[in-house]
Amino acid sequence: MKFPKINFDNLKNEGTESVTAQERRKFLKLGLAVAGVYAGGKILSLTSIVGTAHASGGGVDFVKKYPYNPHYSMVIRQTLCIDCEKCVDACKSTNHVPDYGYRTRILTKRYAGTLDKQVEFIPVLCNHCNDAPCVRACPTRATYKDPITGIVRMESRKCIGCKTCMLACPYDARYFSPARRAVDKCDFCWEERLSKGKKQTGCSAACPTGARTFGNLTDPENIVYKLVHQLEEKVWVLRPADDTKPNIFYMKGNMRSVDNILRQHKLKYSEAEKS
Amino acid sequence: MTGRMVNISKRWGFHGVAALKDASTGYKMVMGSFVLLALAGAAVGLHGLLVGYHHVYGVTREISWGLLISAYIFCVVTSTGLCIVSSIGHVFGGEAFMPIAKRAVFMSIIFMFGGFGIIFFDIENPFRMAIWNVFSPNFVSNMWWMGTLYGAYLVFMVIEYYFLLEQNHTLSRLMGFFGLVVGIAAHSNLGAVFGMLHGRPFWYGPYLPIYFIFSAAMSGGCAILFFTTLGWRINPEIMNQRMERSVKAITQVTIFLISVIIFFTIWKIITGMVSEGKTLVIMSFLTGDYAINFWVFEVFLGMFLPLYLLIRSRGNNFNLILVATGLMMIGIFFMRYDIVIPGQMESVYHSMGVVEAADMLKYTPSFHEIMASIFGLAFIGFAYFAGEKMLNGHQLEKHEIVPDSGYICPGCGAIHFMEEGETEEDAMKRHHRIW
Repeated sequence: MKFPKINFDNLKNEGTESVTAQERRKFLKLGLAVAGVYAGGKILSLTSIVGTAHASGGGVDFVKKYPYNPHYSMVIRQTLCIDCEKCVDACKSTNHVPDYGYRTRILTKRYAGTLDKQVEFIPVLCNHCNDAPCVRACPTRATYKDPITGIVRMESRKCIGCKTCMLACPYDARYFSPARRAVDKCDFCWEERLSKGKKQTGCSAACPTGARTFGNLTDPENIVYKLVHQLEEKVWVLRPADDTKPNIFYMKGNMRSVDNILRQHKLKYSEAEKS
Repeated sequence: MTGRMVNISKRWGFHGVAALKDASTGYKMVMGSFVLLALAGAAVGLHGLLVGYHHVYGVTREISWGLLISAYIFCVVTSTGLCIVSSIGHVFGGEAFMPIAKRAVFMSIIFMFGGFGIIFFDIENPFRMAIWNVFSPNFVSNMWWMGTLYGAYLVFMVIEYYFLLEQNHTLSRLMGFFGLVVGIAAHSNLGAVFGMLHGRPFWYGPYLPIYFIFSAAMSGGCAILFFTTLGWRINPEIMNQRMERSVKAITQVTIFLISVIIFFTIWKIITGMVSEGKTLVIMSFLTGDYAINFWVFEVFLGMFLPLYLLIRSRGNNFNLILVATGLMMIGIFFMRYDIVIPGQMESVYHSMGVVEAADMLKYTPSFHEIMASIFGLAFIGFAYFAGEKMLNGHQLEKHEIVPDSGYICPGCGAIHFMEEGETEEDAMKRHHRIW
């Protein structure tokens, strides 16, 4: 086979005028996706589709598609948390969590030298990671990703109690419950609420300030979707370096743009849904 | 029945329970105290099982692997190490290593049982494990592979030991090879159980699976030396020229392996000091809570003192070897402890700078955990002393691979080959250039 000889020195510069507007937009779009500008930072690259490569070509597609449907998720607006611990109590009573354990807790972060506030509260719970280290670590598949909802759940009768999942979890979301004879963890209240038709988890329903917002990330009308898919305010996840692709998102949550989103949301969904 | 006993006694060197009865009072007392310790440990462990481990164990939700996992790892590391070092002889044909094969394989099996006994008291539902490991396996879980491969390893080692007793060297060699391959796979998987937890920077990475193999080989060399020289104290008859040569060779290998582990440890410390996730743990080794564990037990007792003493012993001062390796066994125990506990001492939320995770997490072994560990270790102790008597110091007329027309040189202990028409003496003279 012969290759055509190209004389590079004599090639003419076509100039940028010959690039169509469409092509140019596509190129810029790709660059934005690579740089992670969409949706307030690196978030969406963290919630990529499990087991699907998306890097080549269609860099933008993945923001439209989530691996589960409904893809349950929680957005925590840190600034709104007042450490009242109503969520912790609601979790305990809803899921029969014993005194020596917890499925969720509120961490305290203190600041010195700041003008507006000296303390911030950070609610933490199971991140229901898309690449859950606990699921990989479990020898008997006692803990698993629910194929429909993406909730990381426990099949207690299979748990041998080796506690590898507790150490594999980068969010300290698991504890051994002798009452269940198995490791216990947050299941987004699947057993006690969601599977019985309720729309909210115990903690998000109990939260008086709206710091915890629970919803479906695949539904563009859902508040969780709206909070994540905005550019105004930064959204982040905990311990992104572990690359577990968590489904609990964090943001400060006191900006006007978010308020607008919320106000629109309130008009559509009545408060009654919360209970 | 009696006829069968005599038969086994001849073929296997099995002296039966009668050998225990003939033992001296002191020996019986040693064995008895090990039995009592093991029974007490089992009783306390079972008590924990009944009342619930979370009431009596010191482990918490953050530090969920404690002394029991450390002791389990100590046992299985030693078991794999015994298999690795002894395989140099009876699998790969290194003559000098052959005489220790039987004791090493026997102790390897015993250590494995000891380890399983200890982890029985750590796993909350050990009986479910037997069912769901088979019916619901997770092939990407290191824990699953570790359990499965160690199970297979134990089976291979038991079969290998049977063929060693039967003096069927072809099959014992084959089984030894499989045991070695599966043992190394199992053991590096144990390293990977830690090494693949990417939320734990102190453990994460390929370091631990590799380190575990070399560390196992070092423990194995140490354990063989310890149990052989202790066996010599019990019954000086087990030592002959071949055995002396073997002890010397293993001393050399152990010295080499200690140096390898020193090298590993130095780089673990140096690389850890510049890593954000590891610095706190490394500093606790150097100057903090684990400084005594690290400097006194791990470095001094586990590495430098035995290195010095083993070099001083020149491989033929058995008393010195016994002291050196005895101290080293203690040091190695702390080495295992220093892998398991400090890896968990930094809370996963520490790097976020929250108040709740500001301090390093603390762990102190509880009485129940100590006793449950002693259960396994005392069982190993008892089985060793009983084995030395019942199996007659693991001696055999011919428990090594001697090819046709070869013979064991009474002078040097190696295998020499006779040429046509030569007597053994001629061959020895030729071999050693004595004319």
